[in-house]
Amino acid sequence: MTPDAAADESGERWALALSAIDILVAAGNGIGGILLRARPGPVRDAWADALNMVIPTRRLPASADAEALDGGLDLTATLASGKPVHRAGILADAAGKVLVVPMAERLNPALAARLATALDESAPPLVLFDEGDPEDPERERVPIALAERLAIHIDLNSVRLPMAELVAGEAPPPPLEMLAEPGAIAKDPETALAVGAAALGIASIRAAVMAVRVARAHARADDRPDAIDQLREADMAAAGALVLGPRATRLPPPAEEEPPPPDQEPPEEPPPEEEPPPPPPSDDTPGEDQEQPEPPPVDPTDMILDAAQTALPPGLLDALAAGTISKAPKASGSSGAKQKSITSGRPAGVRPGLPGRGVRLALIETIKTAAPWQKIRPKRDNGRLAIRSEDLRIRRFIAQTQSTTIFAVDASGSAAFARLAEAKGAVELLLAEAYVKRAEVALVAFRGTEAALALPPTRSLPRARKELAGLAGGGGTPIASGLDLARKVAEGEKGRGRSPLVVVLTDGRANVGGGEGVSPQDAAVASARAYRTSGIPAVFIDCSPRPRPQGAELAAAMGARLVTLPRVDAKAVVAAVKSATAGAT
Amino acid sequence: MASARIPFPFTAIVGQAEMKQALLLAAVEPRLGGVMVFGDRGTGKSTAVRALAGLLPPMKVVPGCRYLCAPDDRSPCIEGCRDKAGKRTEEASVPFVDLPLGATEDRVVGSLDLERALATGEKRFEPGLLAKANRGFLYIDEINLLEDHLVDLLLDVAVSGTNVVEREGLSIRHPARFILVGSGNPEEGELRPQLLDRFGLSVDVRTPTDMGDRIEIVKRCDRFDRDPAAFVAEFHDSEQQTLDAIAKARKLLPKVQVSDDMLGLGAQLCSAVGADGLRGELTLLRAARAQAALGGKKEVKSHHVAEVATMALRHRLRRNVLDDTGSTSRIARAIAELIPA
Repeated sequence: MTPDAAADESGERWALALSAIDILVAAGNGIGGILLRARPGPVRDAWADALNMVIPTRRLPASADAEALDGGLDLTATLASGKPVHRAGILADAAGKVLVVPMAERLNPALAARLATALDESAPPLVLFDEGDPEDPERERVPIALAERLAIHIDLNSVRLPMAELVAGEAPPPPLEMLAEPGAIAKDPETALAVGAAALGIASIRAAVMAVRVARAHARADDRPDAIDQLREADMAAAGALVLGPRATRLPPPAEEEPPPPDQEPPEEPPPEEEPPPPPPSDDTPGEDQEQPEPPPVDPTDMILDAAQTALPPGLLDALAAGTISKAPKASGSSGAKQKSITSGRPAGVRPGLPGRGVRLALIETIKTAAPWQKIRPKRDNGRLAIRSEDLRIRRFIAQTQSTTIFAVDASGSAAFARLAEAKGAVELLLAEAYVKRAEVALVAFRGTEAALALPPTRSLPRARKELAGLAGGGGTPIASGLDLARKVAEGEKGRGRSPLVVVLTDGRANVGGGEGVSPQDAAVASARAYRTSGIPAVFIDCSPRPRPQGAELAAAMGARLVTLPRVDAKAVVAAVKSATAGAT
Repeated sequence: MASARIPFPFTAIVGQAEMKQALLLAAVEPRLGGVMVFGDRGTGKSTAVRALAGLLPPMKVVPGCRYLCAPDDRSPCIEGCRDKAGKRTEEASVPFVDLPLGATEDRVVGSLDLERALATGEKRFEPGLLAKANRGFLYIDEINLLEDHLVDLLLDVAVSGTNVVEREGLSIRHPARFILVGSGNPEEGELRPQLLDRFGLSVDVRTPTDMGDRIEIVKRCDRFDRDPAAFVAEFHDSEQQTLDAIAKARKLLPKVQVSDDMLGLGAQLCSAVGADGLRGELTLLRAARAQAALGGKKEVKSHHVAEVATMALRHRLRRNVLDDTGSTSRIARAIAELIPA
């Protein structure tokens, strides 16, 4: 891409992002809000300033917990004054404003769930800043249930603003005209958006419903007299770019496949996956008898699709075209069960401390602590207990840590087939048992030149089966890259409060990796040493028919327990995993 | 999905026939014990449950009762609400409680009223979401991600109709009869089979693939957004019909007969598909009874059993890790063998 084209695209995206603010203001909470993907920086700050100029905002403090959203009793103030003191919840406080959530990708699942529920009722519109690094495939994501309810998704990561203005600290560039011309009247806009959503492979019907709302809000923001009844091309383009494009999972079929002439009836059911969408049914658009000359209504489907494609995040377009994005992103929705906090679990006694942020007051203990002091403390005139903040006791819990088993499987060479099959079998066996323990399983496969995360951590058997079905084998043996990826995944799991275990299945002979003057085997040993520093337990299953020292050497470098299984079978692998987890706890 | 004030009309929901049917059955026969909805996001699950709660006529409650006691209910209320209120009654809409993921146990079952305890030293129970949902619906999205001990507790209360609280020096029981509706996507983690078994009915909800349906959904939502009142008025008649059907079926239900033949059929069907336990059989027959009542019939026929068998049994089949045949098709096969069309 030439610099000019890049600048143009950046400018378009910026204009689009600014138009989203007007749409949000016009739409109220019908569209949920905006999910803005942008790393912290001047661009995002400029956008936030623009938002602030149009509508008051309320920031969700990072320290907020689910209770803070709804308000409740302010314990400390209550004790100080001897009367119940309430504090307003953030949701109530933000009425009439926009609730801004920074670092939304780190949002605690309970809070996200509460926000999602609030959106279904009547909550202030939300603006979520997803500050995750777009380059990092393992980054955290905004919980899906919440992201889905926000109509507008924008990616500002590729936007560059003129440096001169930023340096001068000037106000952000004023919102451009959204589109100079509202364009012709769109024929049957609801159908066009529904068809457009399907063409882009968006399964959720909510997206199409949201797109219509955004189009209508865009029309209202544009202040046109006929905005109530008629949507125009510009409205459809905005809906396509802001709602549908960012959710696309595939490219629409090429334009040559012109739909056959539309008929009156809604078309036949399309095969859900591969076929192009059927033609939109043409309705005679009512309210067409206006006096002034008006271009004939146009079918806006193509325009929606074009707009949607311009809004795709850079890189995604190529991936979509190449068909390499087949998997849904890692289901961050499941993090609800994963992130066990110390605020729940088995009760484990009481200690002094201040309640709040999910920590519960142990009332009886608090009163017991305060009781002996009553005689010497100044009497309250109303005869109430005199409780001071140092009397407060809170309950403690022991959270059960849950395990994630990460298989790093050597899928290279001729023995790959059997090894892979048994590894898959072991994954399924572990998952079948995982109901009770809530354990999760992931699989990293390494072959050819590099390693890939074939199965992100999951405890779903259907999902594992689906994703492992097409796993291929053969090629070189890049052990170093396999170990590195396994360590990365394991560290990610540790960061989520789970206890990871890595199970390596290989014959221990690397032939890919390293670089100038470093043999593949040395690279593998170096990666194994790096793994050891993470302190994450591991099992190294040497599955070569006649074990040679390389396997033992790698296992020792990793600090892993070595198991030799000349004939791999799923049950033996599971047994090795179990003995390792039993030893660890 | 819609604004909080006017719920989307139940009969205006396009497609999703099985889910709507299951909800109606649960509304007719509360003892079925809840509905589990498996499915994708954005398929109108919560809209449907909310819509059904909104459709049901306002119920009579004892004024001021925090547990929404019915005036003609004999069971004692811990607040003695009927004594306080005398003969007065008031109307309240059927509650719909959306239990958020991450809700604490305190919030669900209720806890000691901190405010009263600290300010006046009075030991008073602060009712939780279970009390709020009494006589209504309790909806839990992503129930498969809810902590296990909470799910246990919810199912226990849903089946027994009573919430028993023994904590913080409180010993309280209060009525909590609600229809539990759980939803979840099995690809994000499964529910333990022993929990699944305790749901009465289960339905699979898929994103509609029919383009005509999809377009119709978008159009209806748009019309509802733009003028909710007019849209609701348009569906007034069909809503009323559904309402009448539920009311009639509730009245008819105690009179619906289940013959020995039908009991035998239920047992045969359960053993043919390998559904363990009596619970499946009982639910199957109760659902068939509710189905007959909804159809205005006084006797359960084999087609009633066939119509509800899939949703009553689908989630109770013994699983074979290595067998991928869907439960639905196994049940369909058994029905075809046992019940002549």
